[in-house]
Amino acid sequence: MRVNVTVNGAPMTADDVWPGESLLYVLRERLGLPGAKNACEQGECGSCTVYLDGVPVCACLVAAGQAEGREVRTVEGLAPGAGELDAVQEAFVECGAVQCGFCTPGLIVQAHSLIAAHDGVPADAEIREHLAGNLCRCTGYEKILDAVRLAARRKAGS
Amino acid sequence: MDFLRATTWAEALRMKADRPDATPVQGGTDVMVEINLDKGRPAALLDLTPVTELTGWSVESEHVRIGAGVTYTRIIAELADRLPGLAQASRTVGSPQIRNRGTVAGNLGAASPAGDSHPPLLATGAIVEAESVDGLRMIPIGDFYTGVKRNALAPHELIRAVHVPSRRGPQYFSKIGTRNAMVIAVCSFGLALDVHARTVGTGIGSAAPTPRRAVEAEAFLAENWSPGDPEVGRRFGELVAAAAAPIDDVRGSRDYRVHALAVMARRTLGWAWEEHRRTS
Repeated sequence: MRVNVTVNGAPMTADDVWPGESLLYVLRERLGLPGAKNACEQGECGSCTVYLDGVPVCACLVAAGQAEGREVRTVEGLAPGAGELDAVQEAFVECGAVQCGFCTPGLIVQAHSLIAAHDGVPADAEIREHLAGNLCRCTGYEKILDAVRLAARRKAGS
Repeated sequence: MDFLRATTWAEALRMKADRPDATPVQGGTDVMVEINLDKGRPAALLDLTPVTELTGWSVESEHVRIGAGVTYTRIIAELADRLPGLAQASRTVGSPQIRNRGTVAGNLGAASPAGDSHPPLLATGAIVEAESVDGLRMIPIGDFYTGVKRNALAPHELIRAVHVPSRRGPQYFSKIGTRNAMVIAVCSFGLALDVHARTVGTGIGSAAPTPRRAVEAEAFLAENWSPGDPEVGRRFGELVAAAAAPIDDVRGSRDYRVHALAVMARRTLGWAWEEHRRTS
């Protein structure tokens, strides 16, 4: 089947989509957007987190056909322009919140959604709760929390 | 596999009548896991997410009617005052990403004994609104669960909404798991006091082939309504545990579940009594 979806502001079309296929597969294998990562395929790890109509979801659990006519924003679509980084991405780089990097795109999208919804700096408990569905198997969580706090502080101060 | 996309409720009912073998899908948090991990392959998916009739909730006299497309995130944000037990249980579902997609109706459709919304639905005496081209059926929650991952829906029926009585007193939910997120319940317990009628409703999760009430514990508490009495709380816990029929499995042993249920029942009752004391 054919799926029409707007990704990072651009209308895109995927053909020959299998009806049981996930949005994640369409993004990675058909639309050339490998930022969202494929790991658990059961919603446990958050590595495939993308915005669907502005709401962060696990792309592995969205049937491709459910994305028909909807808007998806992936980690590739966060930065304002080519060669630039979003503030959350910058904070991850500065804080060393990246080890192997596999969980990073999902964490960045999920952290982005937290900071976008907040004017101030969220309490640690709130950050942890918000990121509870994103697993880092290098267990680099402390630096990740540092990065989220830094990005939130900068947004609050700006 | 076919992908059926319903845009209105009437269309969804017709599609389900034509294709009773189609699996309805909302958030996909169960259905897509099955497909991704090749545990099962439905003949067809019936996507209900475009059906806007399902995405609202409304207050109707003594209960809240929650459309089948209302996510856990919205229940937590919008219904915690009226339905505290269901909101508490919703907070323990998966992760924020899962709660952004998952629905109570999906929990009911899957009918896993471990589903988090079942105990508060049982404790409050919810009613499932099911519909097909043949008409509407109101199914009391106690008749809805028929076996492990089986429910009372006919093959051509869809869940349209669930009717959950508004709170009539303190409500609590407790769940055992290995961490504070992304946990399938080892076992769980929901409790709803009706302080006007001086009765309690209960719901046990993940400790029997289906979610179930602890009927004897409910009767005992109604007969021994003495808020704060530790001996009543202890006996209530024992009776809740006695109502369970758990098994040993990968998440926990039978004995652990029985013990944990007695503890959760006693504690949630204590919390409920404490809240009742503070607010009355």
